[in-house]
Amino acid sequence: MTPLDIIESRIAELAECPDASLAAGSLLKLGEETLEHWVSARGYVPTVAEKEGFRLLALHRQGAKDIPSFNACRETCRELAYHYNLITMASDHPDTKQRLRLASLVANHLYLFVRGKMEESELGDFCCSSKPIHGEPGQETGNEQRGI
Amino acid sequence: MNEIKQQSVAYYPGCALEGSGHAYDRSTRAVAEALGLGLVEVENWNCCGAMEVKNIDPKLQTYLSSRVMSIAKEEMGFDQVMAPCNGCYHNLKKAEYDLANDEESVEVTERLSEKAGHATYKAGGIETIHALDWIKNTIGEDGLSKRIKKSLKDVKIANYYGCMYTRPRHIFPEKDQGPGSESTSQPHFMDDLLAAAGADIVDYPLKTACCGGAHTLSDSDTSTKLVVNLLRAAEAVGADVIATECPTCHSGLEMHQVRAEKVHDIKTDVKIVYFTQLLGLALGLSPRKVGLHENISDSLGFFKQKGLA
Repeated sequence: MTPLDIIESRIAELAECPDASLAAGSLLKLGEETLEHWVSARGYVPTVAEKEGFRLLALHRQGAKDIPSFNACRETCRELAYHYNLITMASDHPDTKQRLRLASLVANHLYLFVRGKMEESELGDFCCSSKPIHGEPGQETGNEQRGI
Repeated sequence: MNEIKQQSVAYYPGCALEGSGHAYDRSTRAVAEALGLGLVEVENWNCCGAMEVKNIDPKLQTYLSSRVMSIAKEEMGFDQVMAPCNGCYHNLKKAEYDLANDEESVEVTERLSEKAGHATYKAGGIETIHALDWIKNTIGEDGLSKRIKKSLKDVKIANYYGCMYTRPRHIFPEKDQGPGSESTSQPHFMDDLLAAAGADIVDYPLKTACCGGAHTLSDSDTSTKLVVNLLRAAEAVGADVIATECPTCHSGLEMHQVRAEKVHDIKTDVKIVYFTQLLGLALGLSPRKVGLHENISDSLGFFKQKGLA
């Protein structure tokens, strides 16, 4: 796994890469590695499975298991997958350079959220999971009972 | 005005709209007046439980939110209560969910309601709606575009919904119900309304991404980095303005835009404006009437340049 600090600098570099398809693939891979850090830190082996054709989405699902606030980055993961498709399926499109820049910002947001959550585990708890930060185990609001 | 389906709604401003989000309250009321919609403030309303109560005693938060719904329903006779603040909206929705699904929440709410001397709120008694639902369902895009006096046509807007408007999904059963309903993964009501006001809506890939939210003060560096990325993404898609619909998001974006410049020397120029302020300007209201002067983000010069102020 690429260390987190290097992931951050690599994401920034890829925004200006002349080979957009190659860069999009690298950004997707860095997104996966970001999630691998999260999954590994929780004591799990990162999945190699795919969801909707993307390992990134499968890793997000694995990372969100029992941690509903991790869904704060669900749409960010989906946007990264979407931008990967946009760039690689129409690499000669006039907007490709702009799309790559956006893909980089999306990948960076995923990185920032995961890194923030690794430093401050409650990030997203109050809002995205509607979970009390200081609540007792019996005080959950339904997310845990529903397994999401 | 024939197409207006509902003239009045119970209005729950909540605490933030009396403080840091006052411009949102001001502009919501101004837009209501301009559109001929009645807002009847919930009498003697209380805090929804926000984060302070919910973090310590979520059952008490459920009760506090239920009291607002009880007054709006039982004492004022409304079927809908409108909360513009994402936090209040979220908490009332959560209370509704808990009271429909958690017996212990029902027992606590019954006990506290009896002690406080008001009718106990029963799940299903009233529908909580957001300000976006309210305008979309009463006036709609067609009705709105007919009332526009100053089109937002030269304003490029990135719409930022934040998290509490759509997450967790299970407390919003009316969303993701197909055409016409709001989406939790790709919300679009704000896009629809501002487009009806003539705005050039840009495709913003981080419209529901995390801004640091409740950690905006306790973990400022993480929040600043997240917000800077949101602002840069908005600028990258060409937005002049980020439209907000939540006082917490709005304050966070404004404060961390300033902090990023002061602490990290990162300057971004995108303006941060409540969607109700944008609608108000498009309806011909003055900047002061919609509280533009109350924002930290200075956008007056920009709107003057665009002929909207």
